[in-house]
Amino acid sequence: MSDATPAGRPGPPLWLLLELTYRCPLHCVFCYNPTDFGSVGPELETADWLRVLAQARQLGAVQLGLSGGEPLVRDDLETIVAAAHRLGFYTNLITSGVGLTEPRLQALKDGGLDHIQLSFQDSTRVLNDFLSSTRTFELKSRVAELIRKHDYPMVLNVVLHRLNIDHVEEILGMAERMGADYVELANTQYYGWAWRNRGELLPTRAQLQRAEEVTARFRERVGSRMRIFFVVPDYFETRPKPCMSGLGRVFLGIAPDGVALPCQAARMLPGLAFPNVREASVASIWYDSPAFNRYRGESWMKEPCRSCPERSHDFGGCRCQAYLLTGDAANADPVCDLSPHHHLVTEAVERAERRGTAPVAEHPLMFRDHRAGLK
Amino acid sequence: MASVDTAVRPAIGRGFRLQWEPAQEAHVLLYPEGMVKLNQSAAAILTRCNGRRTVADIVTDLESTYGLAGLTQDVCAFIAIAVERTWVELLA
Repeated sequence: MSDATPAGRPGPPLWLLLELTYRCPLHCVFCYNPTDFGSVGPELETADWLRVLAQARQLGAVQLGLSGGEPLVRDDLETIVAAAHRLGFYTNLITSGVGLTEPRLQALKDGGLDHIQLSFQDSTRVLNDFLSSTRTFELKSRVAELIRKHDYPMVLNVVLHRLNIDHVEEILGMAERMGADYVELANTQYYGWAWRNRGELLPTRAQLQRAEEVTARFRERVGSRMRIFFVVPDYFETRPKPCMSGLGRVFLGIAPDGVALPCQAARMLPGLAFPNVREASVASIWYDSPAFNRYRGESWMKEPCRSCPERSHDFGGCRCQAYLLTGDAANADPVCDLSPHHHLVTEAVERAERRGTAPVAEHPLMFRDHRAGLK
Repeated sequence: MASVDTAVRPAIGRGFRLQWEPAQEAHVLLYPEGMVKLNQSAAAILTRCNGRRTVADIVTDLESTYGLAGLTQDVCAFIAIAVERTWVELLA
């Protein structure tokens, strides 16, 4: 999905993500949700979500993600899915599976839901439950069976980090037994709760290399029967990811309270007044709001990005990562080895190397909890 | 390149959806969290892959619609690629 016009008026927000709620029965240590989500204002009403869908579709939005938090916490999910389907969206439910009963799955299917992405924290019950601070592994396994039974492609997502990356072989084996069509092994991105827990979650280079080798062997064996995506943690790269294919080019996210964002994590960026769909139309937000125009194009860039020949395909990397690591969102993403701040990334990796794979001791993991975020 | 028998009946693959997008002035193929924007010839072939017509039927239709001849090889080559990418399934 990278079809924005290079200059002038931006293309439409092809990819719409509705974060229906920050409420979630899990408490994952790597969640990218804001750590102060407990103090975010009230959630949008059903009518607000339906208005956003109609307005975004009118502009050309076509892929719809429904996530959160756990979207199944909302009892209007079926209404939202059915409305989106009638408008012509391709609808993706991104879920932990908690709350996905057979009657609800049937209702979602009847409403036209196209796809379900089920997240697992690990292949073993013990680690899955520890990392999400719940007892959900068996429930998730049952949900996986239900998803197959209702003839959905089975798409599993497992977030990888130091504590589970050595289980990649078991994770892929589990996915194969479940009949997965796609498996996404997504190394943790360090935002929100994951940023707080970075020291405990960043794997070592050796761990990463082993995981990639295991994945390559598995891929060779299963061929096209099961497609495996391995998302490398960008801290180990020397060039930044083209984050969101450029802010304000294809992606529009709406947070539970109606705040419109050019990236799920962008809420943390300082100095930007993000518009709210309660007060403004999707068209005015997308095309006219200062917050969405701030990082469009290249005029905001500093050196080394400003004169870099790669700026038109990596857009300087991730604004949130630049802000978190350097304190200035307009700096080059420090993942880039041309950035004067690249040492901040390599030092974090070196600290992970020194720590090795010893169990967590001195700095306990902080589980996602709304109380922790209340001021 | 795998060869495609002209007697098989191609259908859009499970989990994919083909539709016209006015905002992009193009047919697109939608799949979990992704999209392919189709050029005109890809769209002309895929919109005819309904699981009832054979590859031979599709070729005949395209040749008469566009006033062209000898499209069999191009259509088979495209369908072979589409099968490889799971955009299309072949029914007996």
